[in-house]
Amino acid sequence: MRTARQPANVVFPLIFPMLLLAVNSGGLQAATRLPGFPTDSFLAFALAVPFVQGALLATINANVEFARDIQTGFLNRLALTPVRGIVLLLGQLGGLMTIAVVQAVFYLVVGFAFGVRLASGVGGAFMLLVLEIVIALGFAALGSWAALRTGSTEAVQGLFPVFFVFLFLSSMNMPRNLIQADWFRWVATVNPVSYLVEAVRSLVIEGWNWEALGLGFAAAGALSLVGFALSAHALYRRLERT
Amino acid sequence: MERENSIEAHGLVREFKKGPRAVDGIDLRVEPGEIYGFLGPNGAGKSTTVHMLTTLLPPTAGTATVAGFDVVKEGPKVRKAIGAALQEAALDPFLTGREHLRLQTTMHGITGEERRRRSDELLTRVGLTEAADRKIKGYSGGMKRRLDLALALVHRPRILFLDEPTTGLDVQSRTALWVEVGRLAKEEGVTVFLTTQYLEEADVLADRVGIIDHGTIVAEGTPERLKSEISSSTVEAVPADPDQRGAVASVLERFGEQTTGYGPGSVAVQLSSPNGNLTEIVRALDAEGVVLSQLQIHEPTLDDVFLAKTGRHLEGSGDEEEQEQELEAEPAQV
Repeated sequence: MRTARQPANVVFPLIFPMLLLAVNSGGLQAATRLPGFPTDSFLAFALAVPFVQGALLATINANVEFARDIQTGFLNRLALTPVRGIVLLLGQLGGLMTIAVVQAVFYLVVGFAFGVRLASGVGGAFMLLVLEIVIALGFAALGSWAALRTGSTEAVQGLFPVFFVFLFLSSMNMPRNLIQADWFRWVATVNPVSYLVEAVRSLVIEGWNWEALGLGFAAAGALSLVGFALSAHALYRRLERT
Repeated sequence: MERENSIEAHGLVREFKKGPRAVDGIDLRVEPGEIYGFLGPNGAGKSTTVHMLTTLLPPTAGTATVAGFDVVKEGPKVRKAIGAALQEAALDPFLTGREHLRLQTTMHGITGEERRRRSDELLTRVGLTEAADRKIKGYSGGMKRRLDLALALVHRPRILFLDEPTTGLDVQSRTALWVEVGRLAKEEGVTVFLTTQYLEEADVLADRVGIIDHGTIVAEGTPERLKSEISSSTVEAVPADPDQRGAVASVLERFGEQTTGYGPGSVAVQLSSPNGNLTEIVRALDAEGVVLSQLQIHEPTLDDVFLAKTGRHLEGSGDEEEQEQELEAEPAQV
């Protein structure tokens, strides 16, 4: 409800990835002529990126609010109710999942409007929503950890460029096997964000690529598990309540 | 039954890793239905004590029970029994007052018709019915504090903790809050633990006052008893002719010990007898032919108690005057 009342928190994560998509798909269309490029539509190729960007943006915004709740004492108010700490954390993450689904539907609709058709069909769209939820959960949990650990809105905002470095050093703009620079290809290969992008992308342009999906879900799941464990620990330390 | 509304602490200590001992061995007992004023300057340990008693912070040493439950071993039971409005009115600027109540009641497991009825009742009680559907960012400081109080009351707590509830409020809002807190204690039997740095607040509202400084309680009792124990009234006289200041001093010193801290050009003595006779003083001054431009009698205050116990004035008393002067220049926002 709070997020919905702050248009900047909703509109920006919807619009910004779409603008980047428009710029990239216009400027990099020529890349589709490279031998071995998996599709002749760069828009379809790049449509995976907004799903990851959007999840990042939404979770940063929401976790800045979460850090503000800590700073203002709002979290203490909630901590004084009989509700268990872990439920408070799940509530925070649950709200972000909802936003992630709304965003994913928006990106799908925009892609559809500009002629992108999912190779995996309607079932793939539902799978994409599930994947988006897990991706958003991973970023959200890491963002919540930063908020709980520091209680600082600035620290959470500081995560934004860090996450974006991971995104730019991934296979977001080029399939890994076509990246020319060895170091970049190596970084993109060890970067878990590549597998998030590739899993989404596989549903859009390939169909049901179980290996890509498996790796994507594994990367997102691992991020979620690590993030959730860190957040739960930070919450326990933050709410030192008896 | 009575024990259920009481607060007890024995040797309560809270030590922070890289900081001082914020609370250093506090013993206190708050009786059921009592308003206990916890008075002290900024940094004295008031909020840390509240955080420990409300289970938000485990004590480093000592024991405390709230509503009959141990704050360390029975935290969830304590939280069910208490309501708390902590130092900042922690409200979400994008939610309305009614939405805050909806969230708070839900967190306490109050749903359906009972939730609506309780929300309406509390909004009426704190005078926010008309503003209930407005976002908090449009509320004044006083309105936020009143909503904060309403939120602390949704589950009908037996004990209420208020951490500096009127700090920064204008006089009108402060008085309204005092009335409501007094009503809760007197009519509903709610035990109130109230921290404040305002002397007047402790004096007017509290049945008993604990004065805390540097983490320890330096004095405790009813405001009247504390004041009468520490000091008697002070007489301050300002001669019409400044050259007669010496003569005024020699007369007044017959009735007590000269004291400082009053207006320039005035002579002040703290009366040696608690019930010093002003008439005798006037007669003595008249007999010496002294003409006065002003004669005042000052009753002892809790600040005098604080001064006597710590050798310092209470910081908040200065802040309060300054704040009130500023607020007088602005219209009340309630």
